Amino acid sequence: MSPLRDVRNWLDQRLGWQDLIAPLRKKTVPLHRLSYWYFLGGITLFLFGIQVVTGILLLLYYRPGASEAFESVQYIMTRVQFGWLIRSIHSWSANLMIFTAFAHMFSVLFLKAYRKPRELTWVSGVILLFLVMGFGFSGYLLPWNTLAFFATKVGTEITGQVPIVGKPMMIFLRGGEEVTGATLSRFFGFHVAVLPGVATLLILLHLLLVQRLGISVPPKLERQWTANPSAKREMKFFPNFMLREMMAWYVALGVLGALAAVFPWNLGVKADPFVPAPAGIKPEWYFLFMFQTLKLIPSKVWFIDGDVLGVLAFGLVGLLWLLLPFFESDQPSRTKGWITGLGVFALAYMAGMSVYGYLAK
Amino acid sequence: MAILRNKLRPFSVACFVGLAGFVVLAACLGYGQTKNTCLDCHSALPDSLGVSQEKFSHDIHAQMGLTCASCHGGDPTSDDPDKAMSRKAGWKGKIDRKQIPELCGSCHSDPAYIRRFNPSLRTDQLGQYHTSVHGKRLAAGDTKVAVCTDCHSVHDLRAPSDPRSTVNPVNVANTCARCHADASYMKEYSIPTDQFAKYSTSVHHQALTVRGDLSAPTCTTCHGNHGAAPPGVDRVENVCSNCHTFQAQMYEKSSHKEAFQSASLPGCVVCHSNHGIVHPTDAKLGAGPEGVCMRCHTPGDSCDQARVALLSGLSRLDEAIKSADQVLHVAESSGMEVSEARLGQDQARDSLTKARVTIHSFRQDLVDQDIQAGLKIAAQNLQAGKAAMVERNHRRLGLGISLIAVGIVLAGLWLYIKKIES
Repeated sequence: MSPLRDVRNWLDQRLGWQDLIAPLRKKTVPLHRLSYWYFLGGITLFLFGIQVVTGILLLLYYRPGASEAFESVQYIMTRVQFGWLIRSIHSWSANLMIFTAFAHMFSVLFLKAYRKPRELTWVSGVILLFLVMGFGFSGYLLPWNTLAFFATKVGTEITGQVPIVGKPMMIFLRGGEEVTGATLSRFFGFHVAVLPGVATLLILLHLLLVQRLGISVPPKLERQWTANPSAKREMKFFPNFMLREMMAWYVALGVLGALAAVFPWNLGVKADPFVPAPAGIKPEWYFLFMFQTLKLIPSKVWFIDGDVLGVLAFGLVGLLWLLLPFFESDQPSRTKGWITGLGVFALAYMAGMSVYGYLAK
Repeated sequence: MAILRNKLRPFSVACFVGLAGFVVLAACLGYGQTKNTCLDCHSALPDSLGVSQEKFSHDIHAQMGLTCASCHGGDPTSDDPDKAMSRKAGWKGKIDRKQIPELCGSCHSDPAYIRRFNPSLRTDQLGQYHTSVHGKRLAAGDTKVAVCTDCHSVHDLRAPSDPRSTVNPVNVANTCARCHADASYMKEYSIPTDQFAKYSTSVHHQALTVRGDLSAPTCTTCHGNHGAAPPGVDRVENVCSNCHTFQAQMYEKSSHKEAFQSASLPGCVVCHSNHGIVHPTDAKLGAGPEGVCMRCHTPGDSCDQARVALLSGLSRLDEAIKSADQVLHVAESSGMEVSEARLGQDQARDSLTKARVTIHSFRQDLVDQDIQAGLKIAAQNLQAGKAAMVERNHRRLGLGISLIAVGIVLAGLWLYIKKIES
């Protein structure tokens, strides 16, 4: 008897291990020409895991505080063995994770996987996407460099535009009227405690829902398979799909390593609150479409302040996006694909505005 | 109706009282205003006699409450030109050029009077003017020389801090050049008229106009303003040392100080020229056309040898800094963190600057100290850059090995999948 089997038997006798993993053994993944989109959620989860591990390693040396943060990151990058690698992987992985989270969301949208009974999976996923962007926003400030400082200043100023609750919210985020060391302490707290805690719970819920409801099949294929059950093709989740997912993870790991080694994440210059903001300052790419939109809105639209209008509009769009599955009709005849059209428009708008924002001076 | 009238009465009384109060207040305010009828006519007169209300409103004196009569006398409250411009009323008419400094000085040399307007304003302008070349020549009867109004303008005289003032630091050189660059106007004085043209090419002019450094020297910085005069051969270094302190201290103790003095040579100007001073380069120590040493020294003598040694030291440090810069630039472009070495480069550059300043001591041992300090720092930075490049190569090698390992695992997984699915 092999040692592995010994351990499995030992666990089985005490925890009923076989019963626990039984659903996984039964779990299948639909097999069709678009099945590769199913890998995106797993890759995002893998990158989240990378973030947790590298984040914990960075915590061994990182010191929050206006007078120490930049120096501690500089120390990590120059003195700590493989510190440069850990920090670069953390930064690159964060960006890749946001990218794959967006890609996962749009793949779910276009494959119509958000439909009944998976509305809650969509809602938890969209909230997770917002949380991931929150991770990006809070983590961006932590090295306390010039770009981070002013991006946070602009970002929190935009929050301050929300009517009634905006100003108190901005002061809460900043820990005062201005972006200072107090802001850094708060963002550090959000980044390493609040957001990871909430995100972990939501990820568990998201995975539980995926496990409970199974993997969705595009409606057209579903109809074909219902009409002709013999045409249905599936793959066992464990080990067939899991092994393929692992291949995707290894590819992601290779890409991450290459990016970190060839393009180590730049540290920039230490933030100085007393110097003017650098010309043409822009936020990270995932906020660029919103930033550019706010820039294009006139200062006054009728009697409403342009910035206030923009922030309210984005808030409303975000809320509607979160509730998107509830606008889908149950009747197949009425599902004319307007949500797909909306998705195409949203994707084109975000991509177009991001490119415009990147090129704009 | 009676009730209505009774209700209206207090309202009417209040209106009347309010109106009366307004009339009294307006009368009081009007009483304080000094009537100035001069501009009624002079704003309509042609250029030589014309002063518009708009032009005079920009004048600092007008803004301080002075009127035409403050300088020209007369009675500006009278609408009758004969009464307004009567000698009896103290009217002086057009002020004679010779009288202008004394007229201005009648207020500007009175500390008690000036203090009422601007306590920090100096009151020695007239005294200084008397010591200036302009003042002396005016006293001797030459009315072509500058008087107060030539430089400060008249009737629209602005404070020197106003960028539109003719004596604002940025405009001073242009103001002086109006006469000093006019060859026909200056013909009888037998002095050069190329100062402004030369100054316009100088490092000082560039600092003032391009960099916007208002502390950079203009004509008055070296020549004085109200007491304007050439500094004099033996006092040139006193002028330059006002800003170039360290160079002056070095020069003061050097062998050149005595040598230049005994030969009646004008100190700093010998090597750096005066109005057309350009940014000095190490080529000044060279034997080429820009070199200045060999204008006096003989090739091969001990001073020439010292010159070569000094130049070689500066060149070595300059080269060392450039080499380190180059390596650090490549390392930085490769994403390596070399900000500490970059900061160190600034220290090396400081040493080079210090060595260039120490050149004014003309002592090789002192210059060598700065050169050696700079070379040591530049060598450390070069080493840091090279170490970063080695580290970069290690990273890429590590990446290559890791990617091979990832590739092997991927191939293994693929083969395993094929095996279990076959």
